[in-house]
Amino acid sequence: MNEQDTPTHGSEVGPTGHGTAVRLDQGHIIGDGGIPERFSNPGLPVHVPRAADLDEDAARRAEKQVTTLFGISILGTLLFIVLYFLIDVEETIYVPGIGVTSASNLALGVTLALALLGIGFGAIHWAKTLMPDHEMVEERHPLRATDESRDRVVHEMREGGNSSQLTRRPFLKYTLGGALGLFAVPLVLQVAGSLGPMPQKSLSLTFWHGGPSGPGQEPEFRPLRLMRDPENTPVRADEVTVGSVYHILPEGLLDLEEGVLEEKAKAAVLLVRLQEDEIQSEKQLDWGYQGIVAYSKICTHVGCPVGLYEQVTHHLLCPCHQSTFDVTRDCEVIFGPAKRSLPQLKITVDDEGYLVSEQPFAEAVGPSYWERGQ
Amino acid sequence: MSTAPTRPADALREGDRPAESRPGAAARTVGGVAGWVDDRTGAAKPVGYLMKKVFPDHWSFMLGEIAMYSMIVCLLTGAFLTFWFVPSAGHTIYDGSYVPLRGVSMSEAYASTLNISFDIKGGLIIRQIHHWSALMFIVALVVHMFRVFFTGAFRKPREINWAIGSVLALLAIIEGFAGYSLPDDLLSGTGIRAMQGFVQTAPVIGTYLVYAIFGGPFPGEMIIPRLYSAHILLIPALLVGLFTAHIGLVFLQKHTQYPGPGRTEKNVVGFPVMPVYAAKAGGFFFIVFGILSLIAAVVQINPIWAYGPYDPSAVTAGSQPDWYMGFADGALRLLPGWLEFEIFGYTLSMNIFPGALLLLPLVYVVLGVYPFLERWVTGDNREHHLLQRPRNSPVRTGIGMAAITAYSVLLFASGNDIMAIKLGMSINDLTWFFRIGFFVLPPLAFWVTKRICLSLQRRDRDTVLHGRETGTIVRTPDGRFFERHDTELTPDQWILVQHEPVAPLELEPAVDENGVARPAARKDRLRARLSRFYFADAVNPVTPAELAAAHYHGEEHEAIEPSETSASGGAAPIESAEAGRH
Ligand code: HEM
Ligand code: FES
Repeated sequence: MNEQDTPTHGSEVGPTGHGTAVRLDQGHIIGDGGIPERFSNPGLPVHVPRAADLDEDAARRAEKQVTTLFGISILGTLLFIVLYFLIDVEETIYVPGIGVTSASNLALGVTLALALLGIGFGAIHWAKTLMPDHEMVEERHPLRATDESRDRVVHEMREGGNSSQLTRRPFLKYTLGGALGLFAVPLVLQVAGSLGPMPQKSLSLTFWHGGPSGPGQEPEFRPLRLMRDPENTPVRADEVTVGSVYHILPEGLLDLEEGVLEEKAKAAVLLVRLQEDEIQSEKQLDWGYQGIVAYSKICTHVGCPVGLYEQVTHHLLCPCHQSTFDVTRDCEVIFGPAKRSLPQLKITVDDEGYLVSEQPFAEAVGPSYWERGQ
Repeated sequence: MSTAPTRPADALREGDRPAESRPGAAARTVGGVAGWVDDRTGAAKPVGYLMKKVFPDHWSFMLGEIAMYSMIVCLLTGAFLTFWFVPSAGHTIYDGSYVPLRGVSMSEAYASTLNISFDIKGGLIIRQIHHWSALMFIVALVVHMFRVFFTGAFRKPREINWAIGSVLALLAIIEGFAGYSLPDDLLSGTGIRAMQGFVQTAPVIGTYLVYAIFGGPFPGEMIIPRLYSAHILLIPALLVGLFTAHIGLVFLQKHTQYPGPGRTEKNVVGFPVMPVYAAKAGGFFFIVFGILSLIAAVVQINPIWAYGPYDPSAVTAGSQPDWYMGFADGALRLLPGWLEFEIFGYTLSMNIFPGALLLLPLVYVVLGVYPFLERWVTGDNREHHLLQRPRNSPVRTGIGMAAITAYSVLLFASGNDIMAIKLGMSINDLTWFFRIGFFVLPPLAFWVTKRICLSLQRRDRDTVLHGRETGTIVRTPDGRFFERHDTELTPDQWILVQHEPVAPLELEPAVDENGVARPAARKDRLRARLSRFYFADAVNPVTPAELAAAHYHGEEHEAIEPSETSASGGAAPIESAEAGRH
């Protein structure tokens, strides 16, 4: 069993120079008379017995510790069962350092942990104290097979080719290759072809174009009222005070039977009122109404909603990667990874004084894509 | 036994058969069943072999085990979750026991996750263990990878296992992302939204890809069922399959071991599977599982009820993915917007697409290829089963630290907003710090690490050459006195001299003896240059001759200049290094 004192194999055991390995730096150090080129491996250290190997009392103590640990595990399991039935899921409990937390989560987790840790620590303590701790030595062999085996594989392959006449009749080879190469196409085609519809124009359209804008739908423009989200009520221009911000959706979107989220993901708008003299761009002033301006809320970086408005600086901040847009400068990017300004929605008021869209977004909203400029 | 004439009472009589120590009933049943199976499979031979297989012991070998066990815990708790989770984007009005969300319209996926958390007894603990074990899995496998890298365990014959490991690491991240996206809460939906934005920026095919993945416009109703089938079926199948191959190769190739007295390239020193390794490894599974349960009991993870259902027009501040996605998120924060171009009316988003779509696969391709690259540079084609101490491979260790540094810069960059708030710094300055840091810090880390390794190696030499005084004063024939140093090593010094001396490969002349240009000369030149980069200032271990010389000149101090040791030896031409296979 115990081979630890007889390191008989291995190139580095014993004087070096006998090993089969060829070093990278052959001849690097020139050995001189009798002194070996390298130190030799001193061999495994002497085995030192543990307390439990020598002393039955120590061994009995170890046994007791291990059985106690296993006992703790059993106890944990029993407690788990009891607490599972005892504690209602809805009960909460205050634990210092954690706060208010689910009582059953805490109880079940801790008892499960006891059940598992008892077994784990018990087994390892057992292995360390009572199981044999003599290190064993196993030999390693090079992984490569013998030359004969390798040759045989090559030979068998050749034979297979010959006896099946593959080599003699090349057309078998070509057609088989073709057939095998092509057979996956139907499967790939089925998946790739049926996963989703073609996008068509839907990425460049929004509900502001007059209605649902999914693939294949071509809404006709009509002015849409700006509705508060989530109340779904229209906004009068005179309600919008300087410095206030509204989350806006187009009229009719929230009444859709289906596709609400898909339309929201493109049509969400932020409405802000500035002092007219703060606005630095002609077009921006023009497309707004008395300093009330509406911008797409979908970040031109990768599409998170631009959620944070700083009243003082008039900056819009996207929480995903911190792109910052300056509302006084037509929502240009002033910091962060986005490149393009947030698109502006041209608005005006209808006869009843409610804000309405005057034309749809002039460009695609949201993240860039290849054919966006088309 | 006893056939003596005076027979004690309990002795056997003639013709009595001595009682055999018979196996107990339980052992007989086991034997019987095992026999039954063996009659039909012949499994006794391989099983017997496996039970006696020797595994070397070291704490760092537990890292792979932690990864393995966390993965198993993930699979187990994940199977539980499937009993209650509803992978559907279909709408429903919540009426469960979490009062703040009652009456809110949400997807069935989100509602069922709320149910698991609030209405199913023990559901929350299973959910929490599942998430914690996923995090632990990825942390452990990354650290395991570090261990393998820095000790050179990936060298021949283990390159295949390294490549499998790289794929495992990539799959683990994708699996984690898919799982994180399932509950359809505001955070996970925001993650999917970002993913949609990434894919959309892919040149030419971006929009088609998005519509294929989402089955139509974002978000649609297809993405959750599709992520679900990826998360519980496709990726786990790949993970388990590759993992089986991974661990199978460890068995087949036998585990590497750290160098030490008695350990060689040709043996494995350690404990047999039965009983020691089985008890330790089996016990360790319970410890990992137990610790995960304990964490899940006391530390809350991903409280989805606090975020609310996903709504594409709502967002929470400080949106952050799970940590393993952080580096890609960080890259996105650092890439400046001016990298987006328009060419002939087509948009190329170089500010998004490299960080979001290229970085992840690129990192793993570079990882997977490294062993092959290093083998080409070192020309070392032999099997290696003894691990290296990281200091004994200063350039590799430096490369590893540089890579970790680059990764960390990106990871920290993904927290630039939180850091800006916590440290009271401007986010603008922080972003610039990370942008510059990404280029400056990795080379710096390389240089510092390499210097540290070299000086540790020199200290090892010093210890061997001057470390031990015997205290014996010897008088030489010519009347001089000096203290004798032992020329023998102590066993604990073996670790300092056991590694192989190295030197750069030498370039063969670009033209052969006949003045004809060698075809491969250019490739060789690159190789020689890389080899010099690896080994030019190598510090090699003390040789017996050096030790003898040091002791002979008892009182003098040896100059241990790196350049001297490597320059004094002839460098091996590439060919002789190639000859090193056996
Ligand atoms: C699913 C994730 C993984 C699991 C569960 C796992 C598990 C294991 C286990 C249990 C071992 C044997 C013990 C040890 O050396 O720590 C091992 C060995 C190994 N692993 Fe992994 N591993 C994973 C990922 C990786 C990754 C990401 C890499 C590298 C890219 C890798 C490379 C290796 C190599 C080269 C070995 C052999 C090392 C040796 O024998 O010293 N593994 N793995
Ligand atoms: S999505 Fe807005 S900054 Fe990235």
